[in-house]
Amino acid sequence: MSAETTPTAPARDETPFAFSEASLEEARRILAKYPEGRARSGILPLLDLAQRQHGWVSQSVVEAVAEMTGAPPIRVWEVATFYTMYNKAPIGRAHVEICTNLPCWLRGSDEIMRAARDVFGVGFGETSADGAATVSSAECLGACVNAPMVQIGDDYYEDLDYDSAVALFTAIKEGRPVKAGSQIDRQCSAPQGTPTSLTTDPTTDEGGRWIAPESPAASSGTA
Amino acid sequence: MLLSDKDRIFTNLYGQHDWTLKGAQARGDWDGTKAILAQGQDWIIEQVKASGLRGRGGAGFPTGLKWSFMPKTVGERPHYLVVNADEGEPGTCKDRDMMRNDPHKLIEGCLIAGFAMRAHVAYIYIRGEFYREAERLEAAIAQAEEAGLLGDDACGSGWPFRVYVHRGAGAYICGEETALIQSLEGKKGQPRLKPPFPAGVGLYGCPTTVNNVESIAVVPTILRRGASWFTGIGRENNTGTKVFCISGHVNTPCNVEEAMSIPLRTLIEKHAGGVRGGWDNLLAVIPGGASVPLLPKDICDDVLMDFDSLKAAKSGLGTAAVMVMDKSADVVAAIARLSQFYKHESCGQCTPCREGAGWMSRVMDRMVAGDAKLEEIDILEQVTRQVEGHTICALGDAAAWPIQGLIRHFRPEMERRITARRGAVAAE
Repeated sequence: MSAETTPTAPARDETPFAFSEASLEEARRILAKYPEGRARSGILPLLDLAQRQHGWVSQSVVEAVAEMTGAPPIRVWEVATFYTMYNKAPIGRAHVEICTNLPCWLRGSDEIMRAARDVFGVGFGETSADGAATVSSAECLGACVNAPMVQIGDDYYEDLDYDSAVALFTAIKEGRPVKAGSQIDRQCSAPQGTPTSLTTDPTTDEGGRWIAPESPAASSGTA
Repeated sequence: MLLSDKDRIFTNLYGQHDWTLKGAQARGDWDGTKAILAQGQDWIIEQVKASGLRGRGGAGFPTGLKWSFMPKTVGERPHYLVVNADEGEPGTCKDRDMMRNDPHKLIEGCLIAGFAMRAHVAYIYIRGEFYREAERLEAAIAQAEEAGLLGDDACGSGWPFRVYVHRGAGAYICGEETALIQSLEGKKGQPRLKPPFPAGVGLYGCPTTVNNVESIAVVPTILRRGASWFTGIGRENNTGTKVFCISGHVNTPCNVEEAMSIPLRTLIEKHAGGVRGGWDNLLAVIPGGASVPLLPKDICDDVLMDFDSLKAAKSGLGTAAVMVMDKSADVVAAIARLSQFYKHESCGQCTPCREGAGWMSRVMDRMVAGDAKLEEIDILEQVTRQVEGHTICALGDAAAWPIQGLIRHFRPEMERRITARRGAVAAE
């Protein structure tokens, strides 16, 4: 919740929102997850779905989600303003979210912030003049052993430093393809260099595939 | 003694191997699941109790005991299993690896745990930022359905069971179990008063158990290898293996599954390449995620990484997210950053937390520069005591504890800054 930037009412949109055919199909798949009469559980995922189509949560997005879930629009709007992932105003083509929480800060997130300013020319909460990116400060994104890291769209970019961040941001600015994940080719969260665990074939007894004789699972094969 | 690969549960933690059902089965997932289910609900719960498994999400409540709070018979209201995958405690990134690289361990765990608590549906509430991990889980669930491991006759057990993924949208507070339930119902994530507890009145007003990803994902392996295997690792009341996340000022940050009760120093030196500049360059460690008080080096020298040992050191195991600070770190600024986080994430429902988190953050920001009076350290400490324990959920406690830890162990550093600034101002 960031009270300082949250508008009190949804902004009106020039082009009213309506779910596309593809979005409607996905909406039906989402709503089927919840029991009869519990369509309001779909408010969060449907707001996300609408934002993916429309780019942000406008008044007509709120109204469309309210209609589909049977909730009053104010209930949908209070959800939209409570959670940080909903954009309450249009943003740039890319959303660059820089984690600045403790584990990233200890590993140099200030340098990543500097790289963003140098490439996009803006600070937190601002959109670059060319509309390429909106830069935000993010709270812990849960990739702490690959710090510092940023999220852009649906992907994480990890193990950054100033130079690799500049390269990444420049590619985003110029619309070139980028590679998600570790920027130093680490294997997920494994330590760099010599592995300290998980060096044994996991399909073998020694590698962890074993059943104790007293377990009921021992008497039968694979389910 | 270090844990051997034979005793590791998450054998694809780093994703070097095939995550799909085929790969997971080659590693032993879904081995004998039907036979385990055939033992019945009570047997499963007894085994989980006997294993000593304590919740891996932070609070460390015994998992089997929690399951036993669910009603023994299903009345008009269906039972629900909800998996807490809203991993957001700063420093913590273990559930993410389990979901993207070992998703079938979690799905098999959902079936066994859900069956044990007489639920036919599990919802995995995953933080919205984990988009790729949610995709991976949905793909793995589709594979399990296709293979008949989930569905109307899950795994040939005769028990209908389905698993759904529900994505959050960015709110740390939704990691609190009742806030998570509110969010799953499509509301703001504001915690509910307990009692009633979720086992009585949870999701949609129905009996519900909320468990962390790791707590659920370890269960199938415990039942295959036996409760006595699990209790043979770690110490009494602190049993089993645990995935640790080691971040900050170490040479090779990593996640690693190790034995519970491993000495902190061994954990850092064997797996994370040691503290940058050597052990003597260590300043402090936050051993269990942002919410627990930090420990200065002299305690880190020999403290064990488990619930009871860290509690005795006035900290906690929390999520086992180990954040390391070497002597170059500004420890006051580090804790001030956490205070900003709690201010940002307070849901605003309880006055002590809403107002207190902001007040503490503002004072902490002044403490970084020494722009305060010496007596304000005591006032700050008193305010943390007035927030702690006076809110619906534990976020108020979490906002208070890091500051209490700082004052307990680094008060001279805070005083030094205040005095130095006084001197500098007087000299002008």
